[in-house]
Amino acid sequence: MADMDYLFAVARIRVLEKKLLSGADIEQMIAMPDTDRVTAFLEEKGWGSSDAGQKGEGILAAEEEKLRGLAKELRVDESIFELLSYTDLYQNLKAAIKTVLTNDAHPNVFVSHPQYGEARMLSIVREKKFEELPEHMREAAAEAYEALLTIRDGQLCDVILDRAALTAIGEAGKRSREKILRDYARLFVAVHDIRIAVRSAAAHKERAFLARAIAPSEALDEKRLIETAAIGTDAVIDYLSGTEYRGAAEALQKSATAFDLWCDDHLMEMIKPQKYNSVSSGPVVAYRLARENEIRMARIILTAKANGLPEEAIRERAREMYV
Amino acid sequence: MSMGMFFALLGAALSTALAGWGSAWGTGMGGQAAAGVIAEDPDQFAKVLILQLLPGTQGIYGLLVTFITLTRIGILGGTPVTDTKTGLLYFAACLPIAIVGLISAYHQGRTSVASIGIVAKKPDQFGKAMLLPAMVETYAILALLISILAVVNI
Repeated sequence: MADMDYLFAVARIRVLEKKLLSGADIEQMIAMPDTDRVTAFLEEKGWGSSDAGQKGEGILAAEEEKLRGLAKELRVDESIFELLSYTDLYQNLKAAIKTVLTNDAHPNVFVSHPQYGEARMLSIVREKKFEELPEHMREAAAEAYEALLTIRDGQLCDVILDRAALTAIGEAGKRSREKILRDYARLFVAVHDIRIAVRSAAAHKERAFLARAIAPSEALDEKRLIETAAIGTDAVIDYLSGTEYRGAAEALQKSATAFDLWCDDHLMEMIKPQKYNSVSSGPVVAYRLARENEIRMARIILTAKANGLPEEAIRERAREMYV
Repeated sequence: MSMGMFFALLGAALSTALAGWGSAWGTGMGGQAAAGVIAEDPDQFAKVLILQLLPGTQGIYGLLVTFITLTRIGILGGTPVTDTKTGLLYFAACLPIAIVGLISAYHQGRTSVASIGIVAKKPDQFGKAMLLPAMVETYAILALLISILAVVNI
Protein backbone atom coordinates (compact mmCIF):
# COMPACT_ATOMS: atom_id res chain seq x y z
CA MET A 1 0.00 0.00 0.00
CA ALA A 2 1.20 3.52 -0.79
CA ASP A 3 1.45 6.10 1.99
CA MET A 4 -1.70 7.84 0.71
CA ASP A 5 -3.70 4.64 1.15
CA TYR A 6 -3.46 5.06 4.92
CA LEU A 7 -5.45 8.31 5.10
CA PHE A 8 -8.61 6.61 6.38
CA ALA A 9 -6.74 4.46 8.90
CA VAL A 10 -4.59 7.28 10.24
CA ALA A 11 -7.57 9.62 10.69
CA ARG A 12 -9.37 6.83 12.55
CA ILE A 13 -6.28 6.23 14.67
CA ARG A 14 -6.26 9.93 15.64
CA VAL A 15 -9.67 9.44 17.26
CA LEU A 16 -8.66 6.12 18.84
CA GLU A 17 -5.53 7.70 20.32
CA LYS A 18 -7.81 9.75 22.58
CA LYS A 19 -8.88 6.50 24.24
CA LEU A 20 -5.31 5.37 25.02
CA LEU A 21 -4.32 5.36 28.68
CA SER A 22 -2.37 8.44 29.64
CA GLY A 23 0.25 8.85 32.36
CA ALA A 24 -2.48 10.32 34.60
CA ASP A 25 -4.66 7.22 34.04
CA ILE A 26 -1.76 4.98 35.03
CA GLU A 27 -1.14 7.05 38.16
CA GLN A 28 -4.86 6.75 39.01
CA MET A 29 -4.75 2.97 38.55
CA ILE A 30 -1.66 2.67 40.74
CA ALA A 31 -3.44 4.56 43.51
CA MET A 32 -6.44 2.18 43.44
CA PRO A 33 -6.74 -0.19 46.39
CA ASP A 34 -7.30 -3.52 44.61
CA THR A 35 -7.63 -5.37 41.30
CA ASP A 36 -11.43 -5.03 41.29
CA ARG A 37 -11.18 -1.25 41.15
CA VAL A 38 -8.52 -1.41 38.43
CA THR A 39 -10.66 -3.84 36.43
CA ALA A 40 -13.71 -1.60 36.81
CA PHE A 41 -11.65 1.41 35.69
CA LEU A 42 -10.46 -0.44 32.58
CA GLU A 43 -14.02 -1.54 31.79
CA GLU A 44 -15.15 2.09 32.03
CA LYS A 45 -12.50 2.88 29.44
CA GLY A 46 -14.07 0.30 27.11
CA TRP A 47 -11.61 -2.52 27.78
CA GLY A 48 -12.66 -6.16 27.62
CA SER A 49 -15.37 -7.84 25.60
CA SER A 50 -19.12 -7.69 26.18
CA ASP A 51 -18.96 -10.71 28.52
CA ALA A 52 -20.00 -9.54 31.94
CA GLY A 53 -17.90 -10.37 34.97
CA GLN A 54 -14.55 -10.68 33.21
CA LYS A 55 -11.55 -10.88 35.52
CA GLY A 56 -8.35 -8.90 34.97
CA GLU A 57 -6.52 -11.39 32.73
CA GLY A 58 -9.71 -12.00 30.72
CA ILE A 59 -9.94 -8.29 29.98
CA LEU A 60 -6.31 -8.14 28.91
CA ALA A 61 -6.73 -11.23 26.70
CA ALA A 62 -9.78 -9.60 25.07
CA GLU A 63 -7.73 -6.46 24.38
CA GLU A 64 -4.91 -8.52 22.87
CA GLU A 65 -7.46 -10.24 20.65
CA LYS A 66 -8.81 -6.85 19.52
CA LEU A 67 -5.25 -5.81 18.70
CA ARG A 68 -4.78 -8.85 16.46
CA GLY A 69 -7.86 -7.77 14.49
CA LEU A 70 -6.64 -4.19 14.14
CA ALA A 71 -5.49 -4.44 10.49
CA LYS A 72 -8.87 -5.80 9.40
CA GLU A 73 -10.68 -3.21 11.49
CA LEU A 74 -8.69 -0.36 9.93
CA ARG A 75 -8.85 -1.92 6.43
CA VAL A 76 -5.10 -1.84 5.99
CA ASP A 77 -2.78 -4.44 4.53
CA GLU A 78 -2.10 -7.03 7.24
CA SER A 79 1.49 -7.34 6.05
CA ILE A 80 2.46 -4.15 7.90
CA PHE A 81 1.93 -6.04 11.15
CA GLU A 82 3.65 -9.21 9.92
CA LEU A 83 6.95 -8.37 11.55
CA LEU A 84 5.18 -7.61 14.84
CA SER A 85 3.46 -10.99 14.77
CA TYR A 86 6.68 -13.01 14.42
CA THR A 87 6.89 -13.42 18.19
CA ASP A 88 3.37 -14.95 18.22
CA LEU A 89 4.31 -17.20 15.32
CA TYR A 90 7.42 -18.56 17.05
CA GLN A 91 5.55 -18.81 20.35
CA ASN A 92 3.01 -21.10 18.67
CA LEU A 93 5.76 -23.18 17.06
CA LYS A 94 7.54 -23.57 20.40
CA ALA A 95 4.29 -24.56 22.10
CA ALA A 96 3.42 -27.03 19.33
CA ILE A 97 6.83 -28.77 19.42
CA LYS A 98 6.66 -29.12 23.20
CA THR A 99 3.06 -30.30 23.12
CA VAL A 100 3.74 -32.92 20.46
CA LEU A 101 7.02 -34.23 21.86
CA THR A 102 6.20 -34.19 25.55
CA ASN A 103 2.60 -35.36 25.10
CA ASP A 104 1.51 -32.69 27.53
CA ALA A 105 -1.37 -30.41 26.66
CA HIS A 106 -0.53 -26.71 26.98
CA PRO A 107 -3.89 -25.09 26.18
CA ASN A 108 -3.05 -21.57 27.29
CA VAL A 109 0.33 -21.13 25.68
CA PHE A 110 -0.95 -20.80 22.11
CA VAL A 111 -1.90 -17.38 20.86
CA SER A 112 -4.44 -16.79 18.14
CA HIS A 113 -2.92 -16.30 14.71
CA PRO A 114 -4.76 -15.92 11.39
CA GLN A 115 -2.70 -18.57 9.54
CA TYR A 116 -0.78 -20.50 12.18
CA GLY A 117 -3.11 -20.94 15.11
CA GLU A 118 -3.03 -23.86 17.57
CA ALA A 119 -4.69 -26.50 15.35
CA ARG A 120 -2.63 -25.83 12.23
CA MET A 121 0.67 -25.50 14.06
CA LEU A 122 0.05 -28.78 15.94
CA SER A 123 -0.80 -30.53 12.69
CA ILE A 124 2.38 -29.22 10.98
CA VAL A 125 4.59 -30.35 13.87
CA ARG A 126 2.87 -33.74 14.29
CA GLU A 127 3.30 -34.53 10.61
CA LYS A 128 6.71 -32.81 10.46
CA LYS A 129 5.50 -30.77 7.48
CA PHE A 130 7.83 -27.87 8.23
CA GLU A 131 7.75 -26.81 4.57
CA GLU A 132 4.26 -25.45 5.26
CA LEU A 133 5.77 -22.88 7.61
CA PRO A 134 7.10 -19.52 6.39
CA GLU A 135 10.60 -19.93 4.96
CA HIS A 136 12.38 -18.23 7.86
CA MET A 137 10.95 -20.80 10.30
CA ARG A 138 11.54 -24.08 8.49
CA GLU A 139 15.18 -24.79 9.35
CA ALA A 140 14.85 -23.64 12.96
CA ALA A 141 11.65 -25.68 13.39
CA ALA A 142 13.36 -28.88 12.21
CA GLU A 143 16.44 -28.20 14.35
CA ALA A 144 14.42 -27.39 17.49
CA TYR A 145 12.25 -30.48 16.92
CA GLU A 146 15.34 -32.72 16.66
CA ALA A 147 16.92 -31.09 19.73
CA LEU A 148 13.91 -31.91 21.86
CA LEU A 149 13.31 -35.32 20.31
CA THR A 150 16.85 -36.66 20.46
CA ILE A 151 18.53 -34.98 23.42
CA ARG A 152 15.38 -33.91 25.32
CA ASP A 153 16.89 -30.45 25.79
CA GLY A 154 14.01 -28.02 26.24
CA GLN A 155 16.31 -25.06 26.79
CA LEU A 156 18.19 -25.72 23.56
CA CYS A 157 14.84 -25.94 21.74
CA ASP A 158 13.90 -22.51 23.17
CA VAL A 159 17.29 -21.01 22.30
CA ILE A 160 17.10 -22.19 18.67
CA LEU A 161 13.60 -20.80 18.18
CA ASP A 162 14.25 -17.54 20.03
CA ARG A 163 17.36 -16.86 17.95
CA ALA A 164 15.48 -17.71 14.75
CA ALA A 165 12.68 -15.32 15.77
CA LEU A 166 15.15 -12.50 16.43
CA THR A 167 17.00 -13.15 13.17
CA ALA A 168 13.70 -13.16 11.24
CA ILE A 169 12.60 -9.90 12.88
CA GLY A 170 15.97 -8.28 12.14
CA GLU A 171 15.88 -9.38 8.49
CA ALA A 172 12.25 -8.32 8.03
CA GLY A 173 13.12 -4.94 9.55
CA LYS A 174 15.97 -4.44 7.09
CA ARG A 175 13.66 -5.26 4.19
CA SER A 176 10.84 -3.03 5.38
CA ARG A 177 9.95 0.17 3.51
CA GLU A 178 8.65 1.68 6.73
CA LYS A 179 11.18 3.53 8.86
CA ILE A 180 9.23 2.81 12.03
CA LEU A 181 9.42 -0.95 11.37
CA ARG A 182 13.13 -0.75 10.55
CA ASP A 183 13.78 1.15 13.78
CA TYR A 184 11.53 -1.17 15.78
CA ALA A 185 13.25 -4.32 14.49
CA ARG A 186 16.69 -2.80 15.16
CA LEU A 187 15.74 -1.94 18.74
CA PHE A 188 13.87 -5.21 19.36
CA VAL A 189 16.79 -7.40 18.31
CA ALA A 190 19.34 -5.30 20.18
CA VAL A 191 17.46 -5.26 23.51
CA HIS A 192 16.75 -8.98 23.33
CA ASP A 193 20.40 -9.70 22.59
CA ILE A 194 21.38 -7.52 25.55
CA ARG A 195 18.89 -9.34 27.75
CA ILE A 196 20.24 -12.74 26.66
CA ALA A 197 23.84 -11.58 27.15
CA VAL A 198 23.20 -10.26 30.66
CA ARG A 199 21.22 -13.30 31.81
CA SER A 200 23.78 -15.67 30.32
CA ALA A 201 26.64 -13.73 31.92
CA ALA A 202 24.91 -13.96 35.29
CA ALA A 203 24.44 -17.72 34.81
CA HIS A 204 28.10 -18.12 33.65
CA LYS A 205 27.08 -19.64 30.33
CA GLU A 206 29.77 -20.79 27.94
CA ARG A 207 30.78 -19.03 24.75
CA ALA A 208 29.28 -21.81 22.60
CA PHE A 209 25.88 -21.30 24.25
CA LEU A 210 26.14 -17.53 23.76
CA ALA A 211 27.00 -17.93 20.09
CA ARG A 212 23.93 -20.09 19.69
CA ALA A 213 21.62 -17.72 21.60
CA ILE A 214 22.65 -14.21 20.52
CA ALA A 215 21.20 -13.20 17.16
CA PRO A 216 22.90 -11.00 14.56
CA SER A 217 22.10 -7.38 15.33
CA GLU A 218 22.35 -4.27 13.18
CA ALA A 219 22.95 -2.07 16.19
CA LEU A 220 25.43 -4.16 18.17
CA ASP A 221 28.60 -6.05 17.41
CA GLU A 222 27.50 -9.66 17.89
CA LYS A 223 31.05 -10.98 18.46
CA ARG A 224 31.88 -8.37 21.10
CA LEU A 225 28.61 -9.00 22.87
CA ILE A 226 29.38 -12.72 23.00
CA GLU A 227 32.95 -12.09 24.19
CA THR A 228 31.89 -9.69 26.92
CA ALA A 229 28.99 -11.91 28.04
CA ALA A 230 31.47 -14.78 28.41
CA ILE A 231 33.52 -12.57 30.78
CA GLY A 232 30.65 -11.27 32.91
CA THR A 233 27.86 -8.73 33.40
CA ASP A 234 30.23 -5.80 34.05
CA ALA A 235 32.01 -6.45 30.77
CA VAL A 236 28.68 -6.35 28.92
CA ILE A 237 27.79 -3.07 30.63
CA ASP A 238 31.22 -1.61 29.76
CA TYR A 239 30.75 -2.58 26.12
CA LEU A 240 27.23 -1.13 25.97
CA SER A 241 28.44 2.16 27.52
CA GLY A 242 30.34 2.82 24.30
CA THR A 243 27.37 2.14 22.04
CA GLU A 244 24.07 3.91 21.33
CA TYR A 245 22.65 1.77 24.14
CA ARG A 246 24.50 3.53 26.96
CA GLY A 247 21.10 4.28 28.49
CA ALA A 248 20.50 0.54 28.65
CA ALA A 249 23.89 0.10 30.33
CA GLU A 250 22.98 2.65 32.98
CA ALA A 251 19.64 0.92 33.56
CA LEU A 252 21.32 -2.48 33.81
CA GLN A 253 23.58 -1.14 36.55
CA LYS A 254 20.45 -0.42 38.60
CA SER A 255 18.39 -3.58 38.03
CA ALA A 256 16.77 -5.89 35.50
CA THR A 257 13.46 -4.08 36.14
CA ALA A 258 15.10 -0.73 35.29
CA PHE A 259 16.39 -2.26 32.05
CA ASP A 260 12.93 -3.54 31.06
CA LEU A 261 11.57 -0.09 31.82
CA TRP A 262 14.29 1.53 29.70
CA CYS A 263 13.45 -0.77 26.77
CA ASP A 264 9.75 0.11 26.81
CA ASP A 265 10.35 3.83 27.37
CA HIS A 266 12.93 3.92 24.58
CA LEU A 267 10.40 2.33 22.24
CA MET A 268 7.76 4.90 23.19
CA GLU A 269 10.23 7.75 22.55
CA MET A 270 11.01 6.22 19.18
CA ILE A 271 7.38 6.04 18.03
CA LYS A 272 6.11 9.34 19.48
CA PRO A 273 6.92 11.41 16.33
CA GLN A 274 4.24 9.32 14.55
CA LYS A 275 1.61 11.34 16.44
CA TYR A 276 2.33 14.16 13.95
CA ASN A 277 2.43 12.05 10.80
CA SER A 278 -0.79 11.87 8.78
CA VAL A 279 -0.01 10.03 5.55
CA SER A 280 1.75 6.71 6.08
CA SER A 281 1.54 3.40 7.89
CA GLY A 282 3.77 4.81 10.67
CA PRO A 283 0.92 6.00 12.92
CA VAL A 284 -0.90 2.66 12.50
CA VAL A 285 2.17 0.69 13.59
CA ALA A 286 2.85 3.19 16.39
CA TYR A 287 -0.73 2.84 17.63
CA ARG A 288 -0.43 -0.93 17.80
CA LEU A 289 2.86 -0.67 19.71
CA ALA A 290 1.28 1.91 22.03
CA ARG A 291 -1.64 -0.44 22.69
CA GLU A 292 0.75 -3.30 23.44
CA ASN A 293 2.58 -1.01 25.84
CA GLU A 294 -0.58 -0.04 27.71
CA ILE A 295 -1.76 -3.65 27.94
CA ARG A 296 1.67 -4.54 29.35
CA MET A 297 1.36 -1.70 31.87
CA ALA A 298 -2.17 -2.75 32.85
CA ARG A 299 -0.90 -6.31 33.37
CA ILE A 300 1.91 -5.06 35.62
CA ILE A 301 -0.55 -3.06 37.74
CA LEU A 302 -3.08 -5.91 37.99
CA THR A 303 -0.38 -8.43 38.93
CA ALA A 304 1.15 -6.06 41.46
CA LYS A 305 -2.24 -5.33 43.04
CA ALA A 306 -3.08 -9.05 43.17
CA ASN A 307 0.20 -9.66 45.01
CA GLY A 308 -0.23 -6.72 47.34
CA LEU A 309 2.81 -4.76 46.13
CA PRO A 310 3.07 -1.22 47.53
CA GLU A 311 2.26 1.73 45.27
CA GLU A 312 5.87 2.88 45.24
CA ALA A 313 7.05 -0.47 43.87
CA ILE A 314 4.47 -0.29 41.05
CA ARG A 315 5.38 3.31 40.31
CA GLU A 316 9.01 2.25 39.77
CA ARG A 317 7.76 -0.04 37.01
CA ALA A 318 5.46 2.55 35.43
CA ARG A 319 6.12 2.90 31.69
CA GLU A 320 6.05 6.08 29.68
CA MET A 321 2.78 6.22 27.74
CA TYR A 322 2.28 7.20 24.08
CA VAL A 323 -0.19 9.99 24.87
CA MET B 1 -11.40 25.43 -37.22
CA SER B 2 -8.30 27.62 -37.07
CA MET B 3 -5.18 26.83 -35.04
CA GLY B 4 -5.95 29.94 -33.02
CA MET B 5 -9.33 28.56 -32.01
CA PHE B 6 -7.70 25.21 -31.19
CA PHE B 7 -5.20 26.81 -28.78
CA ALA B 8 -7.89 28.99 -27.20
CA LEU B 9 -10.08 25.93 -26.61
CA LEU B 10 -7.12 23.92 -25.33
CA GLY B 11 -6.44 26.62 -22.74
CA ALA B 12 -10.10 26.70 -21.73
CA ALA B 13 -10.21 22.92 -21.46
CA LEU B 14 -7.02 22.73 -19.40
CA SER B 15 -8.40 25.29 -16.92
CA THR B 16 -11.22 22.97 -16.02
CA ALA B 17 -9.33 19.72 -16.49
CA LEU B 18 -6.19 20.43 -14.45
CA ALA B 19 -7.83 22.49 -11.71
CA GLY B 20 -10.63 19.92 -11.52
CA TRP B 21 -8.09 17.10 -11.35
CA GLY B 22 -6.38 18.82 -8.42
CA SER B 23 -9.69 19.36 -6.65
CA ALA B 24 -10.76 15.76 -7.15
CA TRP B 25 -7.39 14.66 -5.76
CA GLY B 26 -7.56 17.02 -2.78
CA THR B 27 -11.18 16.36 -1.83
CA GLY B 28 -10.58 12.63 -2.33
CA MET B 29 -7.75 12.67 0.20
CA GLY B 30 -9.79 14.80 2.57
CA GLY B 31 -12.76 12.48 2.14
CA GLN B 32 -10.79 9.39 3.10
CA ALA B 33 -9.46 11.08 6.22
CA ALA B 34 -12.91 12.48 7.05
CA ALA B 35 -14.44 9.00 6.73
CA GLY B 36 -11.84 7.68 9.20
CA VAL B 37 -12.87 10.28 11.77
CA ILE B 38 -16.61 9.77 11.21
CA ALA B 39 -16.17 6.00 11.63
CA GLU B 40 -15.12 6.58 15.23
CA ASP B 41 -16.79 9.91 16.03
CA PRO B 42 -19.82 10.71 13.82
CA ASP B 43 -20.42 13.98 15.72
CA GLN B 44 -17.51 15.54 13.84
CA PHE B 45 -19.22 15.14 10.46
CA ALA B 46 -19.91 18.85 9.80
CA LYS B 47 -16.40 19.95 10.75
CA VAL B 48 -14.56 17.36 8.70
CA LEU B 49 -16.90 17.92 5.74
CA ILE B 50 -15.89 21.61 5.61
CA LEU B 51 -12.23 20.63 5.71
CA GLN B 52 -12.78 18.07 2.98
CA LEU B 53 -14.48 20.64 0.73
CA LEU B 54 -11.75 23.28 0.94
CA PRO B 55 -9.66 21.86 -1.94
CA GLY B 56 -12.81 21.74 -4.07
CA THR B 57 -12.71 25.48 -4.89
CA GLN B 58 -9.89 25.19 -7.43
CA GLY B 59 -12.15 23.15 -9.69
CA ILE B 60 -14.75 25.94 -9.53
CA TYR B 61 -12.08 28.57 -10.32
CA GLY B 62 -11.01 26.53 -13.35
CA LEU B 63 -14.61 26.25 -14.50
CA LEU B 64 -15.06 30.03 -14.11
CA VAL B 65 -12.02 30.80 -16.26
CA THR B 66 -13.17 28.28 -18.87
CA PHE B 67 -16.62 29.85 -18.94
CA ILE B 68 -15.24 33.40 -19.34
CA THR B 69 -12.90 32.20 -22.09
CA LEU B 70 -15.72 30.44 -23.95
CA THR B 71 -17.84 33.61 -23.85
CA ARG B 72 -15.00 35.54 -25.54
CA ILE B 73 -13.75 33.16 -28.25
CA GLY B 74 -16.96 32.67 -30.15
CA ILE B 75 -18.23 29.48 -28.49
CA LEU B 76 -20.74 30.96 -26.04
CA GLY B 77 -20.38 34.50 -27.39
CA GLY B 78 -17.70 37.01 -28.37
CA THR B 79 -15.62 37.01 -31.52
CA PRO B 80 -14.34 33.74 -32.97
CA VAL B 81 -10.56 33.43 -32.82
CA THR B 82 -9.13 33.30 -36.28
CA ASP B 83 -5.40 33.83 -35.83
CA THR B 84 -2.87 31.64 -34.04
CA LYS B 85 -1.35 34.51 -32.06
CA THR B 86 -4.66 35.36 -30.32
CA GLY B 87 -5.33 31.70 -29.69
CA LEU B 88 -1.95 31.32 -28.00
CA LEU B 89 -2.67 34.40 -25.91
CA TYR B 90 -5.89 32.81 -24.59
CA PHE B 91 -3.98 29.57 -23.99
CA ALA B 92 -1.31 31.42 -21.96
CA ALA B 93 -3.98 33.34 -20.04
CA CYS B 94 -5.62 30.10 -18.93
CA LEU B 95 -2.38 28.50 -17.71
CA PRO B 96 -2.10 30.18 -14.25
CA ILE B 97 -5.32 28.69 -12.90
CA ALA B 98 -4.77 25.39 -14.71
CA ILE B 99 -1.30 24.81 -13.22
CA VAL B 100 -1.67 26.53 -9.85
CA GLY B 101 -5.15 25.03 -9.46
CA LEU B 102 -3.76 21.52 -9.84
CA ILE B 103 -0.81 21.99 -7.51
CA SER B 104 -2.56 24.06 -4.86
CA ALA B 105 -5.57 21.70 -4.66
CA TYR B 106 -3.27 18.73 -4.10
CA HIS B 107 -1.36 20.47 -1.33
CA GLN B 108 -4.52 21.92 0.17
CA GLY B 109 -5.86 18.35 0.28
CA ARG B 110 -2.81 17.20 2.20
CA THR B 111 -3.11 20.13 4.60
CA SER B 112 -6.81 19.36 5.04
CA VAL B 113 -5.92 15.77 5.93
CA ALA B 114 -3.52 17.04 8.60
CA SER B 115 -6.19 19.45 9.88
CA ILE B 116 -8.76 16.64 10.01
CA GLY B 117 -6.24 14.92 12.28
CA ILE B 118 -6.34 17.99 14.56
CA VAL B 119 -10.16 17.92 14.64
CA ALA B 120 -10.08 14.18 15.38
CA LYS B 121 -7.97 14.75 18.46
CA LYS B 122 -9.17 18.21 19.50
CA PRO B 123 -12.57 19.07 18.01
CA ASP B 124 -12.59 22.42 19.87
CA GLN B 125 -9.60 23.55 17.76
CA PHE B 126 -11.60 23.49 14.52
CA GLY B 127 -11.13 27.24 13.85
CA LYS B 128 -7.34 26.98 13.91
CA ALA B 129 -7.41 23.72 11.99
CA MET B 130 -9.46 25.30 9.20
CA LEU B 131 -7.14 28.29 8.80
CA LEU B 132 -4.18 26.12 7.82
CA PRO B 133 -5.58 24.70 4.55
CA ALA B 134 -7.34 28.01 3.89
CA MET B 135 -3.91 29.67 3.59
CA VAL B 136 -3.13 27.50 0.56
CA GLU B 137 -6.24 28.91 -1.10
CA THR B 138 -4.51 32.32 -1.37
CA TYR B 139 -2.36 31.14 -4.25
CA ALA B 140 -5.27 29.64 -6.14
CA ILE B 141 -7.09 32.99 -5.82
CA LEU B 142 -4.05 34.88 -7.11
CA ALA B 143 -3.84 32.56 -10.11
CA LEU B 144 -7.58 32.94 -10.72
CA LEU B 145 -7.27 36.75 -10.71
CA ILE B 146 -4.39 36.71 -13.16
CA SER B 147 -6.19 34.31 -15.50
CA ILE B 148 -9.40 36.36 -15.46
CA LEU B 149 -7.53 39.68 -15.94
CA ALA B 150 -5.54 38.20 -18.82
CA VAL B 151 -8.53 36.57 -20.56
CA VAL B 152 -10.77 39.66 -20.40
CA ASN B 153 -8.00 41.97 -21.64
CA ILE B 154 -7.00 40.05 -24.78
